[in-house]
Parts: sequence; C-alpha cells; structure tokens
Amino acid sequence: MMKKLVIDDLFAQTLEGKEILKGINLTIKQPEMHVVMGPNGGGKSTLAMVLMGHPGYKITRGKISLNGKDITNLSPDKRARLGLFLGFQYPVEVPGVNFSNFLRMAVNEERKKGDKLSPIAFRNLLLDKAGQLSVSEDIVKRMLNEGFSGGEKKKAEILQLALLKPTFAVLDEPDSGLDVDALKYIAKTINSLDFPLGLLLITHYQRILHYLKPDFVHILLNGKIVKSGKAVLAKQIENSGYEHLKYEKP
Amino acid sequence: MKNPKIKTTYQYGFHKPDNPTFKVPVGLNKKIVEMISDYKQEPEWMKQKRLEAYEIFKQKPIPTWGADLSKLDLDKLCYYNNPSRKKFKNWRDVPKDIKETYDKIGVPEAEKKFLAGVGAQYDSEVIYHHLKEQWESLGVIFIDTDTAVREYPELVKEYFGTIIPANDNKFAALNTAVWSGGSFVYVPKGVHVTIPLQAYFRINAKAVGQFERTLIIAEEGSYVHYVEGCSAPIYTADSLHAAVVEVMVKPRARVRYTTIQNWSGDVYNLVTKRMMIQDDAFGEWIDGNLGAKVTMKYPSLILSGRGARGEVLSLAYASNGQHQDAGGKAIHLAPETTSTITSKSVSVGNGRASYRGQVKIVKGAKKSKSFVRCDALLIDKTSRSDTYPTNEVAEEDVNLGHEASVSKVGEQQLFYLMSRGLSEAQATSLIVNGFIEPIVKELPLEYAVELNRLINLSMEGAVG
Repeated sequence: MMKKLVIDDLFAQTLEGKEILKGINLTIKQPEMHVVMGPNGGGKSTLAMVLMGHPGYKITRGKISLNGKDITNLSPDKRARLGLFLGFQYPVEVPGVNFSNFLRMAVNEERKKGDKLSPIAFRNLLLDKAGQLSVSEDIVKRMLNEGFSGGEKKKAEILQLALLKPTFAVLDEPDSGLDVDALKYIAKTINSLDFPLGLLLITHYQRILHYLKPDFVHILLNGKIVKSGKAVLAKQIENSGYEHLKYEKP
Repeated sequence: MKNPKIKTTYQYGFHKPDNPTFKVPVGLNKKIVEMISDYKQEPEWMKQKRLEAYEIFKQKPIPTWGADLSKLDLDKLCYYNNPSRKKFKNWRDVPKDIKETYDKIGVPEAEKKFLAGVGAQYDSEVIYHHLKEQWESLGVIFIDTDTAVREYPELVKEYFGTIIPANDNKFAALNTAVWSGGSFVYVPKGVHVTIPLQAYFRINAKAVGQFERTLIIAEEGSYVHYVEGCSAPIYTADSLHAAVVEVMVKPRARVRYTTIQNWSGDVYNLVTKRMMIQDDAFGEWIDGNLGAKVTMKYPSLILSGRGARGEVLSLAYASNGQHQDAGGKAIHLAPETTSTITSKSVSVGNGRASYRGQVKIVKGAKKSKSFVRCDALLIDKTSRSDTYPTNEVAEEDVNLGHEASVSKVGEQQLFYLMSRGLSEAQATSLIVNGFIEPIVKELPLEYAVELNRLINLSMEGAVG
C-alpha cells in the first residue's frame, strides 16, 4: 500500500471557539515534498499543530488519516508512534532534561525489545548526525532546547527528525530566523535523509526553496488552500505576493 | 491533567515479625524514661538529661504553626522497642529477619561497593555498625550513640545537646528524653573521609517511635560525607520518627549531610537538624523528603565563625495524602558568612509541599550573604504548594536575595515531548525529573537512580 497522509475537509477551532482551519484538503504521498506557504495568520502553524494533535485545538469537521489509519482523535504520542513527526517553529525548553537522553528514549520507544539502542550506540549515531548539521558535540551534554540559540533550536529539530525516522513529517518554518549557512545545513540534511519521507514543509519565505525542490506548493489563506501548483508557484508568489490571491476564487 | 489515581509505588512496605527482646509499655511517663535509661545502664548524667528533657516535653504544647499534627496520638506509641540484645559488626551474625530486611533494601551490597562505613538501626537500636579498617586506623570514630556514651563519655558530654538544647522545641525535648540509637561520628583534625559513611534507619514494629540521636564532630580541616536513608512498613497505625541531629563543623572543616527520607505513608517525620559551622568551615544539608505522612524538617545552619559557609538543598515530593513541610534555616552570627538555601518541591495528586525558611543576620555579621531560592512544581489541579519565608536582618552591610517560583507542568512541554512518541506519563516524569535535576545531581548515584525510579512509577499511576 502506498503510504500517504490525507487531510480531508478539515475544520478546526481554538478552545475559545475561534475557527481557524476552514476546510483543508491535502494528500501527501511518500516520498513527495509539499510546501504550504501563506501570509501570517492564515492558519499555517495551526495546521501543523492540529495534524500533531495539539490539545489547544478542536477538530469540528473532517478527518486526518495516516497510511490508511484514521488519526483524527488520537493523542500526539500515538500519532508519533504511527510515524508522524512535527518540527516545531518554536521548540519549547524543557529544563533539566538532557537532550541526548530524551532523544534516545524517544528513538527506543519506536524500537522493538531487543533492538533498543544502547547509550553508546545512540551517542555515536547522534554525534554523526550532529556533525552533518554542524551542531557542536556538546549537544550530548545539553538540556533539551535550554539556552539553545534560534539556529540551534531549528537544527535540533532536524536532528530529531533524522534520528526518529518518521514516515511523514510536518516542518513548521524550519527556515525562519536562520542565517544562510544554517539554512544550507538544514536543507542538505533534509535532502540526504536515509529513509523515505513524505514531507509537509510550512514556510513564510521562498528562501529555503533555493535548496529544496518541492513537488507541490499550496497557498494557505484564511484557513483554506486557495491555490495549488508545482514548484513554480512559489516563484510567482515571490514576485507578486499573496495580496492578489485574496480576491481569487479557489 | 486528569484526576490522579496514584498507584502504590512504595516498595519497602513489607514488615517482619516483631520479636523484641525488650519493649516498654505503650505511652510515655517519667517511669518509661527511667526504664529506658536503666535498661541501657546509662551513667547518671545522661539519665538526668533525659528526665529534665521529659519535664520540658510535658510543658511544651504541640506546635500548631506548621503541618497538621492534631491526629498524632502520642499516648498510643511505644517509645522503646529493642529488636536484639546484641549489636553486630558482621552481617553474617545479624538475626535472619533483620538481615533479610536490609538485604531487600540493599544495604550490605552498597556497603561493599562504595561506603566507608555503615550503621543500621532497626526500631530503637542500632543492630549493625561497621567502619572499614582504613578509616578506623586514622582515628575516625563511627559507632552508635549509645556505645559512644559508654566508650567516649567525655566527647558526648562536651557536645550532646549544645547545638540543639532540649528546650528548642517539643520534639527535640521528646528525643532528648527517650533517644535511642543514631550515629556518633568523630573525624580527627585534617582527616578526609573520601567515601561516604551511611546510616540506614528502619522502623519495623507497628506504632512505635524511633528517636535516633546523631552527633557528628568534624575537627579542624577534616572532611566527611554522611548519608542516611529511611524506610518503614505500611501499617494502618501511625508511627513517629523524631530524630535530633547535631553537627559540629570546626574551622576549615567540611561536612556534607545527605538524607533520603522515604518513610511509608503512616509515619510522622518530625526532625530537628542543626549544624554549627565555625571559621571558614563549610556545612551542607542535602535533604530529600519523599515519604512520610507528615514531615516537618528545616535543617539549620548556624554560621558562628568568620567566613563560615553553609548550604541547604531541600527536595520535597508530596504525593496523595502527604504534607511535606520542609525548608531550611540560616543564622548568621559572624561577619563574612555565606548561606544558600535552594528548595524544590513537587506536588502530585492532593499532595501538599510547603517551603518554610528563616534567614537571620545579627548585628555585626557584616558582609554576610544569603540567597534563598524556592521553586515549586504542581502536577495536578488538586496539588498544593505554599511558601513561608522569614527574614530578620539586623545588620546593614549585608546581601540578601530571595527568588520563588511556582509552575505547573506546561501544556506546551507535554505536547512537545508527546509529539516525539512519549506517553503522557513518560513526558510528565521527564519534566519532573528535569525540574529536580539540580538537586538530584548532588545525590550519591544509587539514590539518584532510586529517586528517578520512584518518580517514574508514581507518574505511571498518576496520569493516563
């Protein structure tokens, strides 16, 4: 069976009742890369959170399915175990929790008994991937996102992606606030992942697309996808902005 | 999060048959005090101290300013219960039931691996005591306090009750009247005991009081790390643990005193602990309170010499039905003294953790510094945390800081960790373990591991 993430007529609101997603339809097949672009406040981050099952949002209509399984009402950990990953725009700091121990715990959670990684095996794996991303070796000693610079936080998200090996990933603005070098490392790592991945990349800017080649680009505006196209759509947006799309019929 | 249903995670709740060789009748009066002293064949001066303390105990009311002690029935306790006529220096000789208890707790094994000496108290008496030859030959003394009264009466007389007099509080008076067991540690000038000494306190019988009395004397320039652990069976009747610990830290000496209190949920734990810290000496309390029904314990630093430094690291973990009223005190009596009190508390279910602290700087204690930090973490909506700090500063040329925070387990943190495939229980444990990490990293490794295990277990029961 082909692996796919299907978002079907998805409506979601905040717990206070503010409707943010208003009928999203999107199908991502592995190993496609889809990019969702759009202005601030259009619902991009909400889409990412809702896909992962954030308790601060309520799905009022529609369905999310992952590889044929309905995950609409599953808790975030169950979604993760079915192969979904979310790269956060603003990864939260968890004081006192060692990055490396945490990640080993998460990686081993997916593995069967007898196949768990030992601390040393995991450390080697982590350092290898960290090297690819140009993340300093002292990551093994640091606490989860605590005191990380903006760039380090973004890289640490990609590092987690590379080690957790999900089947689908949603990356929420992995490019915002990065310098060109960090951006290149992140793009390079995404391009060279050693496992098949369906990717939904959310971005505000066209910049990262100089290094990544998406199969499809979607424009999210006011809770709806108003336009979909090939990579070239991103270029058009760069030139003409989102403004004119507001008046276009989807 | 969801309404908690804390699983019983207490693994030391077993008990062995109560076979005392001598036991006093239930309740307390002057006769009982005399009976204890006579049975121990004590010198007259100690008997007199006990009787004086008993009079003070009778006069002092039960304190009402802290945790609720109204259910503690002092008339229903047995104040002395001796499990064995003999004391042993070799585990092979210890009576079977008692030996099995310590095996389960892992004391003999720990002794072999990483301790310089071990004392084991079972109900009222220390039944096992052993100090490795290496330290004995350097003049270190590590014995039970009863033996110390017989073998080193001059040393005991000189220090006993000088740091914590019987009239300090009702339970210090009670301890002085009926004390039994505890450790006596003497470290000669300049000797560094590089690996820890450990005492293990176990209550086995039902509705007994354990009143150990510990006295540590660290001579000039010496160093010692003393570690104590405690546990008890689960009964339905309340027990009382009212210890007194006096520590004398002579000039330039350093003493670290680590406690992991893991009594079962029917023990009242009312303990007075105080260190006298002299010139340029350093005293540290690392005080972890995980068990007991009610704890009232505020390890104190008396900074009596110029340049003395003291530190209290207090960790309180209050689960369903528990009230941990813990904290620390620092009394600055000399110039250029420094104290730090760090308190971290975690409240789960309807557990309540209170920080109670006092910093006092007297006139003339110029250029003294004190910093207090207390952080509380609440796991459930029904969990409770309070802080009761008191500062009394009579000197102007000082530096005093206080910071406090109360936080809930954050929804964003939980979501983040769960998005990586960790269950809610795993995620909560990680957050809690992360919160207390600054204190846990100061604990001996085997205690740190045990603490993490306990917290993980109680989270599995608490959420999901």
